[in-house]
Amino acid sequence: MLYRTLKKAAFRSVVETILAGNEVVGPRQVGTDRHGKPIHQFLPVERFDDIDFGYESTEFSAKTYFLPFREQLSAYRFTNGDWEQTIRYRVQPRAIVGLHACDINGLLKLDKVFAKDWYPSPYYISRRRNTFIVGIDHDPCEGAFCRSVGADTVTHGFDLFLTDIGDRYFVAVGSDRGLSLIDRFDARPTTDEDSHLYVTERKRIAGLMTTEINVNNLPNLLDIEFESPIWEKWGKKCLSCGTCAMVCPTCYCHGIHERISMDFREGAKIRQLHSCNLVDFAVVAGGHNFRPTPESRLKYRYYHQHRGFVEQHEEPKCVGCNRCGRACLAGIAPVDVIRELQEESS
Amino acid sequence: MKSLLLPYEVTKEAEIREPLNYNRRSRLMNTDRVVKAEITSITQLTDMEKLFHVRIVDPAERALFSFQPGQFVMVEVPGYGEIPISISGSASNHGFLELCIRRAGTVTSVLHRAQVGAKVGLRGPFGTFFPMAMMKDHNVLLIAGGLGLAPLRAAIYHVTENRSDFDRVHILYGTKTPDQLLFDYQYEQWRRVDGVDLSIIVEEGADGWTGEVGMVTKLLDPIPIEPDRTYAIVCGPPVMFKFVCNMLSKKGIPMRRMFVSLERRMHCGMGKCCRCNIGSTFTCKDGPVFDYWTAINLKEAL
Repeated sequence: MLYRTLKKAAFRSVVETILAGNEVVGPRQVGTDRHGKPIHQFLPVERFDDIDFGYESTEFSAKTYFLPFREQLSAYRFTNGDWEQTIRYRVQPRAIVGLHACDINGLLKLDKVFAKDWYPSPYYISRRRNTFIVGIDHDPCEGAFCRSVGADTVTHGFDLFLTDIGDRYFVAVGSDRGLSLIDRFDARPTTDEDSHLYVTERKRIAGLMTTEINVNNLPNLLDIEFESPIWEKWGKKCLSCGTCAMVCPTCYCHGIHERISMDFREGAKIRQLHSCNLVDFAVVAGGHNFRPTPESRLKYRYYHQHRGFVEQHEEPKCVGCNRCGRACLAGIAPVDVIRELQEESS
Repeated sequence: MKSLLLPYEVTKEAEIREPLNYNRRSRLMNTDRVVKAEITSITQLTDMEKLFHVRIVDPAERALFSFQPGQFVMVEVPGYGEIPISISGSASNHGFLELCIRRAGTVTSVLHRAQVGAKVGLRGPFGTFFPMAMMKDHNVLLIAGGLGLAPLRAAIYHVTENRSDFDRVHILYGTKTPDQLLFDYQYEQWRRVDGVDLSIIVEEGADGWTGEVGMVTKLLDPIPIEPDRTYAIVCGPPVMFKFVCNMLSKKGIPMRRMFVSLERRMHCGMGKCCRCNIGSTFTCKDGPVFDYWTAINLKEAL
């Protein structure tokens, strides 16, 4: 990894350079909640000042720019009792500025599924490779437990990653296109003082992380507590609405359905994100539902996050951003569920 | 106990950790590309099931297509949807694929209305398979219940076509009623293969039924089993293979030598959509064929 420092004013020029001629997505304030706290979303921006770099968290993750909520996988044309399939997965390049470490870690986890596993997905890879990512360090969000799942820092998966060290940024450079971009704006090699300031800043941020849960041994625990009454308790609260999966930076479960045009000349195969909490998630033809109750589905979500994904990829799928906890209408927060599981078994 | 620690034969097919050769035929990453196949023949098996013979239209693609018994393909009816169907035919048959399909949902209903000559899309083959090479020189028990005969039939073909590779072969098949028996026109053919023992049983007999009545475990009871040199494949509803595998376990067959085929809702076949997840395991990628030990470790599987 190469490191540079970049003056804050120069960073503005960097973003403005990307803005000239490219789609740029960044955290924008879209309103305030009932306590007067700002609400942010990752949305397209036109000017540098549209981007609020001081944002705490966004309601939705940036996942939608890599795994759109709804995406056409292939198109069909029907003629004379026959059909032709066409597949398109090329997309226009885009930049996302201001991603936090948890969201980049979320992308790294999605990479493992969609790019590095069997049958790599061209749709995902096309979007991933065509997205220029600028990450930024920040003070911890309220209730987030990213440090517990090792997602509070990130070492790859971005083009540039900035840490505020006073009048300049300490920049980790993750790609050649990142380096050639900032080199145009007087990026300097780091000095010992820069490195010292960086380490001090990282320590300060780490010290502010107060929410902690113990995820050690969680895969085993989830197996042992599979029949635990805890699931019934939380399952009774769960509304099976699927909000948690929609805001999650790593939830990628989806369904595929097909459409046909009114004149029967065209058809389309469409992938749409789904949630394991929705009632029809595991319904098979004939009507049998493998997970008929809210608790069996809620349990399965935790099971996938902290057991299944660990088994496949040696790390939990959760990045600890607590978006699901904040968005849940029934007040189900992963911190509470996991803590209760730990207590139940001790 | 002699069968407790058996030597583990290291075979390539058991250790291989990559999909066979699917997708290598194209430099473009068209994981969602289907190959076009024509329905060449439709056989009504029972009220609910039909057997479809489909032939891949492009001769080059047809020559490249190969599968192992137990694997499945994603069958797409453009405009309607895509479903996982296990391949019922012989793996040595490169002319056409045989798919036994029960009318159950949207896509299967459309397929049941389809006529000869209709074109469907195929992706695959996907999934794990029955390790026939590992079973070589052993006794083989092939046990099916209901629609479970569909995936098992590929294994039956393999065993009957390569009869010299196996020692004693028993095929046991059970359904609820006699009119649900699948492939009843083939039993005589299988029975006549030298050294293949086929038994059929139904849960509820009907007028004119002269065969056995009871559960499939009843057929299993009298069969003498050599636990240290027997493999079993069990296909059917979970409740059935639970009973059968427990019985075989008691007779001393190691759990790693019993194979079951599971089914779940699937949308992609490639380990992406998570719809077929059982606990932590993908039925499409790590399955549908599991050894019994793995299957009992899957939460919610049985």
